[in-house]
Amino acid sequence: MKILFKIYRNFVPKYLEDKTLPQESVFRYNRVWTYVVLLTSAVALTPLIFMTFININQYQKTFENEMMNPILALTSNAKRSLEFNFEERKAALTYVISDKSFKELSDGTKLANCFYNLKQSFGGFIDLGLIDSNGNQISYIGPYELQGKNYIDQNWFNEVRVRDFCISDVFMGFRGFPHFVMAVRHKNDIGAFYILRATIDVEFINWQIANLHLGPSCDAFLINRQGILQTSSHFFGDILEKYILNVPRYSSHEEVIEIKDDKGHPLILGYSYIEQSPFIFMAVESPEDLMKNWLSLRSSLLVFLFVSVIVIILVIFWSSTYMVNKIKEADIKRARVVHDLEYTNKMASIGRLAAGVAHEINNPMAIINQKAGLLKDIISAQNDNPYKDKFLGLADSILQSVDRCGTITHRFLGFAKRMDFKTAPIDLELLIKEVLGFLGKEANYRDIAVNLHVADSLPEIESDRGQLQQVFLNIINNAFAATSDGGNIDITIKEKHEFARVTITDSGHGIPEEHLENIFEPFYTTKKEGTGLGLSITYNIVQKLGGDIKVKSKVGKGTGFTVSLPIKNEAFK
Amino acid sequence: MENFKVLLVDDEKEFVAALVERLSIRGIYAEGASTGEDAISKISETEFNVVLLDLKMPGMSGLDVLENIKSINPSVKIILITGYGSIQLGEEGLEKGAYHYFTKPINIDDLIDKIKEAVNG
Repeated sequence: MKILFKIYRNFVPKYLEDKTLPQESVFRYNRVWTYVVLLTSAVALTPLIFMTFININQYQKTFENEMMNPILALTSNAKRSLEFNFEERKAALTYVISDKSFKELSDGTKLANCFYNLKQSFGGFIDLGLIDSNGNQISYIGPYELQGKNYIDQNWFNEVRVRDFCISDVFMGFRGFPHFVMAVRHKNDIGAFYILRATIDVEFINWQIANLHLGPSCDAFLINRQGILQTSSHFFGDILEKYILNVPRYSSHEEVIEIKDDKGHPLILGYSYIEQSPFIFMAVESPEDLMKNWLSLRSSLLVFLFVSVIVIILVIFWSSTYMVNKIKEADIKRARVVHDLEYTNKMASIGRLAAGVAHEINNPMAIINQKAGLLKDIISAQNDNPYKDKFLGLADSILQSVDRCGTITHRFLGFAKRMDFKTAPIDLELLIKEVLGFLGKEANYRDIAVNLHVADSLPEIESDRGQLQQVFLNIINNAFAATSDGGNIDITIKEKHEFARVTITDSGHGIPEEHLENIFEPFYTTKKEGTGLGLSITYNIVQKLGGDIKVKSKVGKGTGFTVSLPIKNEAFK
Repeated sequence: MENFKVLLVDDEKEFVAALVERLSIRGIYAEGASTGEDAISKISETEFNVVLLDLKMPGMSGLDVLENIKSINPSVKIILITGYGSIQLGEEGLEKGAYHYFTKPINIDDLIDKIKEAVNG
């Protein structure tokens, strides 16, 4: 869980979690992050998605071609084969009717001879009959008793009367089994016509379809133009049943189309209109088996695309977040440098000003000092002066005040004189007492007890006096600001592991936990009129002095700052 | 009266007057000068044992005066008087041959001790 959270944090920009950032900075970082994510995503993902869909499209076309071409070839072969067989039988019948006269064909023996020859030469013939122009069967050779039967009402008869040749739909007829009729017409010299009619068994067509060697997922059959099955179909029912789907539109050559069955499943249909017949050859294949490889490949491509997109997006999120975090860190570092620089300049200006002021004050103070001293010298020599003691007391008072002024100007100069780090042996107790000297009056007015506890045999430390004064003045000032009147401030100094540790604890209002981690950030402040620089500068100084600063706080109880400073400071060597 | 002479050089005349008088009360012969030029002139005329020299004066600077005095009378001991903010100048003065330096305000007893130490070697 922790690892997941750690990973998650790498994808979430830090500026979103930093409640201290100004709104405009959050907006700016957010805009940069969003632009980077969007642009990188567009550049990285668009070609990938585009290429994947082009690939899918190309593969699909290839697979469709691979799938349709065999059906097209099958349909083409079947069309050629059926047309050839019909043409062959038509030619044979035409030959017989042209070669033999009506009289000869009316002779049952001769007709039987012709039938025998046809049956021997071509398969599929069941019977043969000669029909006059009135539809009467003049002679008949076959297994049924159809001599004298009249066909004037039959469709095929009417059709062949108009055209020279006709193939009928498959029908059951008198014979009670599926068959169709091939009939040829012959006109004699005087314009009268007669018809040679042959019955063909549907098995003849079934046999040809069987010879196509269809796969198990393929179905081939014939329908007529009204959509009645002319042969049995695996998918659509038995012979002479209605083909439930639409009859495909006419085309002079073979076609392959995609259709859907009555349940909506896709089917590949190859069809061909058989010339000079009412038949349409149909080859239907379920594409699911054929599509299996394609669907598998397509799934692989889509999974690859999906995984790639996820990985790319994650990488983009991570890299954008990393980059924006680095920009934020650089911004903070730059701000810190600028603040330090401003602070250094400010302190240098104050230092120069303070040095000038102190020097100017020191001169008149030196005069007062000498004049008061002279006054004291003169009074001391006047033994008869009744006010001698009083005058001496006054002179001493002036001299003491001059001393105090001197101490103040010296301290002021010592504090503000320069920002360069310069090491010197420092008695921390003395230094903190000096800092407390600045705040002594406030402590008295506000009745704040300042308790200083110093460990025995605390060594002097090597550090920079001016910087340390600044550090402790900042922290103790904050402690005074946080402590109510009548409160306590405890300062302890002790040595631990080559470090001097100064802990300043106040009995103030404490710092809420959410502020604690940010209090050393530049410009972070909870005070209405604070600059947010004090603790930031303090932190930087302590770091530069080779030390460390830590804070602990409890709301309502108080706050403790611990400054650890190296006793022997390697940072200066 | 001590048998040595002290010259006090400072642009603050009131300071010079008071300190000269205080040294006199303590039996030390002292004269005052308020400019560098005045001081060099007096050094040329009178043989002073110790010069108390302020480093920050208008016109000729204290360090220039120091060098001039040393060139006139190399044996004279020069004690510098500086403001607290000019300690660096004081240390520079020591490098140029000054005997000691004080920061203002000066305690008279410390000053006399140092003068005697300078004179007696």
